[in-house]
Amino acid sequence: MAQIEIDGKQVTVADGSTIIEAAEAAGVYIPRFCFHKKLSIAANCRMCLVEVEKAGKPLPACATPVIEGMKIFTHSEKAVQAQKSVMEFLLINHPLDCPICDQGGECQLQDLAVGYGGVSSRYQEEKRVVFNKDFGPLIAGDMTRCIQCTRCVRFGQEIAGQMEMGMAHRGEHSEITTFVGRAVASELSGNMIDLCPVGALTSKPFRYSARTWELTRRPAVAPHDGLGSNVALQVKQNRVYRVLPRDNDAVNECWLSDRDRFSYEGLYSEDRLNKPMIKEGGQWRECEWKDALEYAANSLNLIRQEVGAEQLGALASPSSTVEELYLLKKLMTGLGSGNVDHRLRHSDFSADAYRQGAPWLGRSVASLQELDRVLLIGSSLRSEQPLLAQRLRQAVKRGAHLNVVHVADDALLCRVAHKLIVAPDALAQALAQVVKALGERAAVDAEVQPLLAGIEVSETARSIAASLTTGENRSVLLGNVAQHHPRYALLHRLAQEAARLSGAAFGVLGEAANSVGAYLAGALPAPGGLNAGQMLATPRKAYILLGVELERDSYNGQQAMAAMQGAFVVALTAYKHRAHEFADVLLPIAAFAENAGTYVNTEGVAQSFRAAVAPRGEARPAWKVLRVLGNLFELDGFSQDNAEALTSEALGNTPLADKLGNALRPGMNLVLDKPDGGRLQRIGEVGIYQTDSLVRRAASLQKMSAAPRAWMHNSLLAQLGLSEDETVTVRQGDAAIQLSAACDDTLPAGCVRVAAGHEQTALLGGLFDEIRVEKSKGQQQTAEHTPS
Amino acid sequence: MNMSEKVILHSLHLDRPWSLETYRSTGGYDTLRKVVTEKMPAEDIIAQVKVSALRGRGGAGFPTGLKWSFMPRSFPGDKYIVCNSDEGEPGTFKDRDILLYNPHQLIEGMAIAAYVLGAKVGYNYIHGEIWDAYERFEQALDEARAAGFLGKNICGGDFEFDLHAHHGYGAYICGEETALLESLEGKKGQPRFKPPFPASFGLYGRPTTINNTETYACIPYIVKHGGQKFLELGKPNNGGTKIFSVSGHVNKPGNYEVPMGIPFAELLELAGGVRDGHKLKAVIPGGSSSPVLPADVMMDTTMDFDAIAKAGSMFGSGAVIVMDETVCMVRALERLSYFYFEESCGQCTPCREGTGWLYRVVHRIEHGQGRPEDLALLDDISGNIMGRTICALGDAAAMPVKGFLKHFRGEFEYHIEHGKCSV
Repeated sequence: MAQIEIDGKQVTVADGSTIIEAAEAAGVYIPRFCFHKKLSIAANCRMCLVEVEKAGKPLPACATPVIEGMKIFTHSEKAVQAQKSVMEFLLINHPLDCPICDQGGECQLQDLAVGYGGVSSRYQEEKRVVFNKDFGPLIAGDMTRCIQCTRCVRFGQEIAGQMEMGMAHRGEHSEITTFVGRAVASELSGNMIDLCPVGALTSKPFRYSARTWELTRRPAVAPHDGLGSNVALQVKQNRVYRVLPRDNDAVNECWLSDRDRFSYEGLYSEDRLNKPMIKEGGQWRECEWKDALEYAANSLNLIRQEVGAEQLGALASPSSTVEELYLLKKLMTGLGSGNVDHRLRHSDFSADAYRQGAPWLGRSVASLQELDRVLLIGSSLRSEQPLLAQRLRQAVKRGAHLNVVHVADDALLCRVAHKLIVAPDALAQALAQVVKALGERAAVDAEVQPLLAGIEVSETARSIAASLTTGENRSVLLGNVAQHHPRYALLHRLAQEAARLSGAAFGVLGEAANSVGAYLAGALPAPGGLNAGQMLATPRKAYILLGVELERDSYNGQQAMAAMQGAFVVALTAYKHRAHEFADVLLPIAAFAENAGTYVNTEGVAQSFRAAVAPRGEARPAWKVLRVLGNLFELDGFSQDNAEALTSEALGNTPLADKLGNALRPGMNLVLDKPDGGRLQRIGEVGIYQTDSLVRRAASLQKMSAAPRAWMHNSLLAQLGLSEDETVTVRQGDAAIQLSAACDDTLPAGCVRVAAGHEQTALLGGLFDEIRVEKSKGQQQTAEHTPS
Repeated sequence: MNMSEKVILHSLHLDRPWSLETYRSTGGYDTLRKVVTEKMPAEDIIAQVKVSALRGRGGAGFPTGLKWSFMPRSFPGDKYIVCNSDEGEPGTFKDRDILLYNPHQLIEGMAIAAYVLGAKVGYNYIHGEIWDAYERFEQALDEARAAGFLGKNICGGDFEFDLHAHHGYGAYICGEETALLESLEGKKGQPRFKPPFPASFGLYGRPTTINNTETYACIPYIVKHGGQKFLELGKPNNGGTKIFSVSGHVNKPGNYEVPMGIPFAELLELAGGVRDGHKLKAVIPGGSSSPVLPADVMMDTTMDFDAIAKAGSMFGSGAVIVMDETVCMVRALERLSYFYFEESCGQCTPCREGTGWLYRVVHRIEHGQGRPEDLALLDDISGNIMGRTICALGDAAAMPVKGFLKHFRGEFEYHIEHGKCSV
């Protein structure tokens, strides 16, 4: 600790602190532009110059470490003169366009100019003009306003993992720009808007729509990934205009992924369902809530009486709140059906009977940064959990080994120590190699041991095992691709064993905002009930859908749509989507920002939020809709009048941590088959901006989302007689769609990568099932899908 | 004062003075051999360099022995030594002649420095616009490697050192030692914030010692003859000889290696005096960034770090720019200010914004558009740049303005008042 004096105040600060940190501790504000607590120190703006006793010249507070006995003057004549002179320099070439600048009112330069700027300018020469660049659909650039603080550049290098911005040229001609002709493509790019202290980088979707002082800040929790980023919704006249991060070092720090930041645009999609609707005699008509609810309840009751409650199924989105999922389960239980599930994209449920707790991250989000060794299995992490990828990047920068077992070799934008990239049907084999290699150092569990016979351990697997047995903090993490995989139970068991053998924490990355919450709220099949896969494979007579867009949210969209044919479907949905084609009752529900509720993030932390705006049209929060349905069925326990009452009922009084757990109970029937080399397999992971219905309707994000293509290794292209960019016919089951062929030599052999969640690929089959690709006959562009 | 003793440019009268053969014929590399084979203690060599009062020849004049003692010689990992041959200061052209005419002495000096400082790899960063000097140096490196003065087992001992030449692309800022390191690492040449200094965090983040070409070239002499002899060539605290690049209005512009502390009048005489029929008006004594001094002040001063500082300027790199009475001081400053405006790297605010502002105001005055408040404005802007920037380029841009205004304010006032030149 060092004892120093700032503006006459005695302060004790940690050794090695900078003056700016010490001043913050003392409650003294030092003006700054380039300094940012999460970025490296650049000391280039010079705004934070302060006077230090015995120093000949003013020193930058951001870069000067304190030493014992230092006397610092932040407001002395000398300090203020230096600060004012820097402000004068910053302003001489800065345009006087505040009235038309989107940053107006939240501009650091504007704010500090009030305190440190002159009344008029002594600069009489021509001002600099910098031509604007196109940074893509999310970031608007007015580069004449740039003060070259390089926060955006450092963000790219240090946080996003890719240097998309840089300072070209020199001196007065320096300008911040992307590589020639490139737009910004990072999944974290929006943070540069927050970081920019002036109006050089502003939000393109928000641009020219409101002034910051007209907006009210309402706290919320982001709805797209398992992190549950803390956000502030900026609201005016009952409309969300912008989403910004709220600082929370335990969750998202001060960052936000672009998906969480820009998805609000989806709230105002034309596809929103604004009024309840009933289909009668094949014709849709809008109706009153009362009519729709009574129609739904009566019809469901009738079906239940005629064919039995086991013919009812409920499928829910894992982006639904704890309260909604809890009530849905309660409703189904009341109706006598155990058929409830939220895991629509899963295809292997065989671990269900052996699960002992809700699958979770296995450690805190913040502690990911302290990891020394990581094994990441089946995860396209940057698109699944953009900010968790960022945390791991920081760990790797500190020296952590990141090991990967996956089906595609996508850049994680950090150093990967060892990787096994294999076809989906060889994923379990690859993981088994790692387990076997770990078994060379410790005894493998008797249950797993028989699987390893005949497994040949590759050098890479041995290196991964060696890596995992060193270092202090270790984690084995299972991603979305592993969870959606047809042999998920096996992968889970093997990963669990790899974690046990290496002494690592075992984590399952929560797929959606409330995946963990859905387990805790019980949105799962009751004993004897059907899971999502069974409900769709053996169609029910009636379904209740909660917030799902079945064709794009399921493991096998084709099968899901087939199951809906002929069934009575009540869809609680914020969007019309294809429910129009198959549902019988459409009940408009509140979307993100319009709803109160609770999400439990992947770390197992419950975060509650209130509605920030009223629901669109006549939409109602789903928990209220479910409560009324419960009453219409005359079930007990549907009288809650606020979401908070439901929360405690749903989550109970025991600490959530006690209900989390990834270890499977012993006794599972484990078989490890040999990969079947004969057929082409689809790699169908969900695109970053296709994860849920809200983001799929966010127009600006959709512009960032590449159209799906049939990606394959060039040897496969050659084998099939195809050339790159050629339009090909891709078939799964009964569906055939036209896509353009693309070459990616990092893909494993025998695989065709066709992203899921897109409208174009919605009716294909299973995400990791067999796929066929052939030359298109003629230039037919439309899909010729014929769901059976 | 022994005018004939040369430390560096001593073999110009010989045939192909740059060749290894010629250098060997003057006893070249004997010192390195002695150091290596006798395993001379590094501390002893540093002590001799300290005694010699050798001060950095690149411009700042930092005592070399002291700089060497900052290097953590026992640091277990990689360490580097770097030579700064990025000679870009207007008026300076001495390092290129060392590279062209005595490259082996530089190599020998660097090899001894590497021995002392525990470096196995060194780099010589050569200015991008002197390609012939770069090629000459590469030739010399080849010769030295072939002869076993570079590489493994130098002079048959267990000392290992390899030296690489690297040419820049001519940016002035890359002569600033940390910008040089960035450029050497393949990045954009922009100065780093200090601390940390290169001795602890230098090239690739490793301990690094950077010296100027002329500084390294002095080392073999100091080790061979002892620090005291080198010191006695010059004057106390300013040891050795110095190569002065004399340019401007003299009859014989060129490089002159003479003892430190030579009276300016003698140096001027060596350079053939002010061109015929003209008289001395002013001198920029140490490269373009040092404040200009009027004739009478210069004629009374000697050429060493302390005397020039006392006279109100900077010894700098020893680039003496001589101006006679035909020079318009406003125009001269306009040209200098344009240089710094063009060469500012743009990283930090005062320099990026201030150099352009300075140039534009001086440009306006020179072109008859000056305003009465302009001189106070120039004083202010240059004052606001000085001491506020990451590196010394800001000071380098501000000091000439301050110097010109201090000694030749009248000429500026005339320009403003009459819209034309008084010269």
